[in-house]
Amino acid sequence: MNYIGEDLLPGQVGHFFVIVSLVASLAASFSYFKATKALVPEDRRRWLKLARGAFIIEVASVFIIFAALLHILYHHLFEYKYAWQHSSRSLELKYILSAFWEGQEGSTLLWTIWHCILGLIVIRKDKEWEAPVMMIVSFAQFFLATMILGIYIFDVKIGSNPFILLRESGVLDNAPVMHVGFDTANPIRPDYMTLIKDGNDLNPLLQNYWMTIHPPVLFLGFASTLFPFAYAMAGLWTGKTKEWIHKALPWALFSVAIFGLGIMMGAKWAYESLNFGGYWAWDPVENASLVPWLILVAGVHTLLVFKHTGFSLRATFLFFGLEFIFVLYSTFLTKSGVLGEASVHAFADIGMNGQLFLFLLVFVWLMPFVAATTNRQRAIIALVATALSIGTYFLAEVIPGFPLYVILAGIITFIVLMNKQVPAVKKEESASSREFWMFIGALVLFLSSLIIIFQTSLPVFNKLYKLNTAPGENSEFAYNQIQVLVAIIIGVLTAVAQYFRYKSTPGNIFLKKIALPTLISAVVATFILVVIKINYDKEGLGFLINIWIALVAGVYAVVANITYMLTSLKGNIRNSGGSIAHFGFGLVLVGILLSSGKKEVLSHNTSGIAIDFGKESKEISGENLTLIKGVPMTMGQYKVTYTGDSAHPKKALTYFKIHFKSPEDSFTLYPNAFINYKGNEGLMANPSARHYWDHDVFTYVSALPDPTKNRDTAQFAVSTKKTGDTIYYSRGFIVLEKLIGKDNLPLKNFDRSDTGYTASLKVQSINGPSYQSDLLLIKGKGQVLFQSQDTVMAQSLVLQLNDVHNGSAQIGVKESSSVMEYVTLKAYKFPYINLLWGGVIITVIGTLISMARRIRLNRVR
Amino acid sequence: MKKIHIVLLILVAAAIAVLVSFLQTTTTYDTVATAKAKPGKFVHLMAKWDKSEPLEYDAVKNPNYLAFTAVDSLGQKISVVYHNPKPENFELSERLVMKGKYTGNVFECQSIQTKCPSKYKDQDPSKHVPQGDTKTTYINTRPSATGGKQ
Repeated sequence: MNYIGEDLLPGQVGHFFVIVSLVASLAASFSYFKATKALVPEDRRRWLKLARGAFIIEVASVFIIFAALLHILYHHLFEYKYAWQHSSRSLELKYILSAFWEGQEGSTLLWTIWHCILGLIVIRKDKEWEAPVMMIVSFAQFFLATMILGIYIFDVKIGSNPFILLRESGVLDNAPVMHVGFDTANPIRPDYMTLIKDGNDLNPLLQNYWMTIHPPVLFLGFASTLFPFAYAMAGLWTGKTKEWIHKALPWALFSVAIFGLGIMMGAKWAYESLNFGGYWAWDPVENASLVPWLILVAGVHTLLVFKHTGFSLRATFLFFGLEFIFVLYSTFLTKSGVLGEASVHAFADIGMNGQLFLFLLVFVWLMPFVAATTNRQRAIIALVATALSIGTYFLAEVIPGFPLYVILAGIITFIVLMNKQVPAVKKEESASSREFWMFIGALVLFLSSLIIIFQTSLPVFNKLYKLNTAPGENSEFAYNQIQVLVAIIIGVLTAVAQYFRYKSTPGNIFLKKIALPTLISAVVATFILVVIKINYDKEGLGFLINIWIALVAGVYAVVANITYMLTSLKGNIRNSGGSIAHFGFGLVLVGILLSSGKKEVLSHNTSGIAIDFGKESKEISGENLTLIKGVPMTMGQYKVTYTGDSAHPKKALTYFKIHFKSPEDSFTLYPNAFINYKGNEGLMANPSARHYWDHDVFTYVSALPDPTKNRDTAQFAVSTKKTGDTIYYSRGFIVLEKLIGKDNLPLKNFDRSDTGYTASLKVQSINGPSYQSDLLLIKGKGQVLFQSQDTVMAQSLVLQLNDVHNGSAQIGVKESSSVMEYVTLKAYKFPYINLLWGGVIITVIGTLISMARRIRLNRVR
Repeated sequence: MKKIHIVLLILVAAAIAVLVSFLQTTTTYDTVATAKAKPGKFVHLMAKWDKSEPLEYDAVKNPNYLAFTAVDSLGQKISVVYHNPKPENFELSERLVMKGKYTGNVFECQSIQTKCPSKYKDQDPSKHVPQGDTKTTYINTRPSATGGKQ
């Protein structure tokens, strides 16, 4: 059948190159593998040439796939499910990009394309390690390519094709209008495209500029984690277990910087467009990327220890191995749908669980395969891994926890084989050496990451062991109470470790140098604790004391690193990357503790509007406040007024004007909300914040009037009054101040004999303010020709002039809640949040300075 | 034994202790019947909003009071009270994860997580009928559609 109005070329091109990239990446991986094995230089050169060619074809294919999908989205080709599902015609260009990475397939593509770019850098810059590193990279690329393959082998779906057509995706199957003769049993109508006028649109929560830039940065971070891993594996594979670290260090630092930045951009997005009133909720999706980052940071530190002292090489291998394994695990968690109930924003299951698990399993078992030293060992490992992957398919449901054991077995085998190959130093580190404390710091980070991932993996354990555990009553506190202790240890170590020298430090020198920063920190921390104060009493005194200690540790980290930079490094920026990064990290700690510890709810329900608290004594703690249009309310130091709203020109988006006024300043915030988005009843709100250097005022709409519920049932009460008379209503009285009648109206469409009447009313409410209301009535030949209604919003009054006789007016008064325009708000004050954001930026810059220094040093070497 | 091993041992022991105590704070996912069976105990109740029963929420009266009836997949009902505004996507959600306790005759809810046709999920196919299509457009084209090759 021919379908009208379809453009099939981009999809065909795209899918063709998906297959090309799959084949090319496998070819590249195999050729690089052969190149690492080749003993004859001539052979090696031949294989390398082949491998490079294959990888370049792979890169070109990925770029073409990317372009094809972008083309489909940009030109709104809704015959493709991806475009239909993720975008709409009204989407701005920047959100077309967000739509690109909204789906699983697009985000995988983003990941892949970064691998390509970073891989090209390795090929260009590092001829020495190119073959073994790119063998691993291409192998990972092969697995990523299968993710977007979208073919079936014996009913097993392999990958999800982003170029699938809407009519083939099953989306239209249950829509009778889409089928010939309105029967879903019939094929799709040839002209179905004429019915598809617009796409499903991008989720409104993702229509935020952070969603345009956060995913590319995050996925650059994700992609970069492959390279420290690949270098470590290359070191084991080639037997050069020490030499790889110099080349891996800049990559690892790059990864720490960019991955960290990507994660925190996500936090900023959550802060700016989600309504949980914060930037971090220990959501599994957040944790899943934090954990590999923490392990990577641990790995960077043990690597530095090794570089300077020869200790900790095994730990470095372990951390660089696990770092990437946890990236894959995080991919599994977020993309498999296993998180289900536990996460607010994981991808749904699209039937790729098995494939995602296989990706993880293969890379876990790749580690011992690479660490093995004889071909016999390798053959055994390959066999075992194959057997286990097939075994998992059949046994996962039979033996509880089987998949977990398969993964653990792989990691343990790796540790055993790696320990055999990698020598350890027999000597003991001195407790006065830098490496000793750095190693402890790395260990604490690693253990903390394991605790986080264990807590995060509850849904996985449920699935593995058929359990029914749910997070505790206070799931965020479950993380916070542990991580605050980690923050204390890490904060102090970040402060003091640099003042130790490698190998050993004479006690008096250490004490002399550390004295000054310790003193300054004590003063600053005391100042913060006494003057700024943190009184976070929600979780008890014990936790509060931990927060105080952690704050002291954070301040110590900040001060000690500045001092170190100025004194020991003489302020030389190019060499102080580490100190700058640690300084920023200290700021992050302080920022987190201050902003969370001093977060304040402004919108406590202080209004007199909540008339009937009834039996609910809990209402005092209500954290939402209803603002009636035009009526100022008190929120903390502010008088807050809802002054009006305006609509987005293209979308069903409403902006609410909320005016804040305090003795010192006044400003207007525009929180917005999608109301009844796409015909779905309900509210999707985005917050708005006013930024100051030392705090943010943050508000969002939490409820709106329900127009269907408040149907207007009130009646007009009509009374006849003369000028000066008073009408009483429930909350005050109304005075008829003036009544004027006039003939010869200078208006079109009215006869000369028609009479216009205006009545001026003053509405006086009992609690103070008064309002003016003018009513108009035009009568002609005994008929009412025009009648105005005036609404006094703040008093929920509707007034109208019904008739005028002999100088007395019939005035209708209606009291109705349906005329009331109001919004319910939640507002916070976030103090010192900029310490956090600033700290993140400084950490990233410091880490990048370090990276640049290591690249420079490598060049000299 | 090296110092570092002692430190290692202590830290690992601490980590295990922490995890064990964490496991003791975990709760369970429950249906209406099982939640009612353990009054006063904190649970995760999985159910959805029963649209046939009245929902009480009046932001003018009290923005921090929501009362409605939830029904679980087994068809059992329970009254829920929530001291917050109606959560976002409440009407949209196919399922609610309600954290709280069953006390008295109501489920006192601390937080409600709405599970929607979420941003990464495919929407429910029944909602996939594109909007704005009418029978008239179909009737206009019927001759070509049925007259075509099949």
